[in-house]
Amino acid sequence: MTAVPDIEFRGVTKRYGSVTAVSGIDLAIPPSAFVALLGPSGCGKTTCLRMIGGFEQPSEGAVFIRGRDMAGTPPYRRPVNMVFQQYALFPHLDVEDNIAYGLRQARPRLASREISLRAGEALAMVRLAGYGRRKIHELSGGQQQRVALARALVNKPAVLLLDEPLAALDKKLRTDMQIELQNLQREIGITFVLVTHDQEEALSMSDFVCVMNGGRIVQLGQPSEIYDEPADLFVADFVGKTNLLSGKVAGHSGNLVEVALADGTVIAARKRTSLRQDEAVAVSLRPESLSLGAPGSGRLNGIIRNRIFLGSTAEYAIEVGGIGTLLAKADHLIGSKNLFKPGEPVAIGFTAGTPLAFPDPKNNGTNQRENKHVEIIS
Amino acid sequence: MRSNVLRHNLLTALLLGPATAWLVVFLVLPFVAIAVFSVGQRAPEGGYQAAFTLAQYVNLPARATAFWNTMVLAPAGALASLLVAYPVAYYLALRAPERWRLILLALVVIPFWTSLLMRTYAWMYILGGSGIPALLAYGGFEDVRLINTPGAVLLGIVYGYLPLMILPIYVSLERLDRRLLEASADLGATPVSTFLGVTLRLSLPGVMTGFSLVMILLLGEYLIPTLLGGGKVFFIGNALVDLFLQSRNWPFGSAIAITLVLVSVVVLLAANRISTRLSGARRVDLI
Repeated sequence: MTAVPDIEFRGVTKRYGSVTAVSGIDLAIPPSAFVALLGPSGCGKTTCLRMIGGFEQPSEGAVFIRGRDMAGTPPYRRPVNMVFQQYALFPHLDVEDNIAYGLRQARPRLASREISLRAGEALAMVRLAGYGRRKIHELSGGQQQRVALARALVNKPAVLLLDEPLAALDKKLRTDMQIELQNLQREIGITFVLVTHDQEEALSMSDFVCVMNGGRIVQLGQPSEIYDEPADLFVADFVGKTNLLSGKVAGHSGNLVEVALADGTVIAARKRTSLRQDEAVAVSLRPESLSLGAPGSGRLNGIIRNRIFLGSTAEYAIEVGGIGTLLAKADHLIGSKNLFKPGEPVAIGFTAGTPLAFPDPKNNGTNQRENKHVEIIS
Repeated sequence: MRSNVLRHNLLTALLLGPATAWLVVFLVLPFVAIAVFSVGQRAPEGGYQAAFTLAQYVNLPARATAFWNTMVLAPAGALASLLVAYPVAYYLALRAPERWRLILLALVVIPFWTSLLMRTYAWMYILGGSGIPALLAYGGFEDVRLINTPGAVLLGIVYGYLPLMILPIYVSLERLDRRLLEASADLGATPVSTFLGVTLRLSLPGVMTGFSLVMILLLGEYLIPTLLGGGKVFFIGNALVDLFLQSRNWPFGSAIAITLVLVSVVVLLAANRISTRLSGARRVDLI
């Protein structure tokens, strides 16, 4: 990489007493990127964001912003701004004064005409022109969100930090804001770092996704890589829906590994690490990579238990003897007459790509893994 | 339907009755009596004699010293309490370790369990001839007078009313959303700017509550000036005791009392107005 990264973590560890929240993270975020830190709660993603903002200090290692070591630099001297969870707007100030807050802190002081000019531009940018004299509590959640954005961006930060910014909005508004945020980022061209636990949000908005678990980065890549080529079992399970089938390594053929499933069926799968003979593994099969057909035509046979009609597609929960319940997503190109009905026997084939096998230390070889999404369906 | 409404009204009357009766008997009636007294005359042998005259109000300047002392020392006392109380409340709410907080708060409140009279007597001793002045005499500072000075009264006031000032400020600081402080720092505000622009502004309702509470109580203060001010620092409260119990000039005492109530109301309204304006739409919660 030639350009100086906007944000760089070098061997960053953060401990709270005996608890290690973040352990040994190395990460470089290139300029003008939209990066999502994705992971379950407690994975350390928010701690990382707060270390960039200066609200937490690393126990070990260093955080660099545009090549400058930030050790000992307080939040008010860092060239970054944050959109806080629940926005943290000042209740005693109106919309315009909230937005002008950062500009008023600038030293040497800015002329008051410039302050109101820039605040007005920021308001227009988030489509809130004319709302300057409103009180914060008079705004809807979506409007408050946009004020928080304007309040951060008006200071022209090198990097914008977003801490679960859409979590408090309803689904429709969230989708709108996702698009708006993407457009803003492209328009302004600065780096956005987004913290989220919502994998859909991370995949749909960002250029790079950094998946975290247990205080470590487990995978960094473009959204399609994360989805298609998960680095390990955790990522496969956490990002997108997938079926995880327990099995044992039965043999190798070229680059592929042969996995014997609990019912004795042997399927070929790709692997990310070398696997030993008889090692317990989990095979990941995305619901959309399964094809359904007449009994006898596929690799596995099952019975439809549930069907969720989704318009252009349908999701099926299929019970497969000896293996458990699988989730399949199928197009019905010829119209909804071709839908399978609950109770009907079907054959399951694998269409797109090849299944992926991961070492699975929790599996003792025979037990069915819990497929969480299937429970929701049935 | 009709009997329901009737029953509902009866229930409301039953619930509100005792409180209303209490207020009428012990607040409204005495207030009316005092108002009536204040336009009357002193009976030759003392007490009240019916009349309608504003002579008592015209005579108010005769007690100008008591008014002056109260009007100077009550705000000064409230201000001094505020200056001492704010850092304490700030520490308790924002800096003290979580597990110590309750214990420290208890330490603030516990002195309240002893009577103010006892505690003020203790101060009489501490400030009196064999207290601090005796200690200072060892160090070569002879004849330092502490007791029976306005300073002693101020000290007594700050000491006696500190918890009343600390608690409302503590509550408003404790309710403060910490993320607002982070947001302020994130936007480039130094700790001092953050304190002035966010912390202080948002704790103003508590400050105003504490200030008006202490101020109103001080307007009627009697004990502390008597014990620590000797005969020299007379408050309105002392003047009232004097007029009602010693010289038995009830009408004049009543006129002073009515004036005091009016001043208190004005102070309260002003405080409410100021804090509402400064901290957005929030109102002062006066207990």
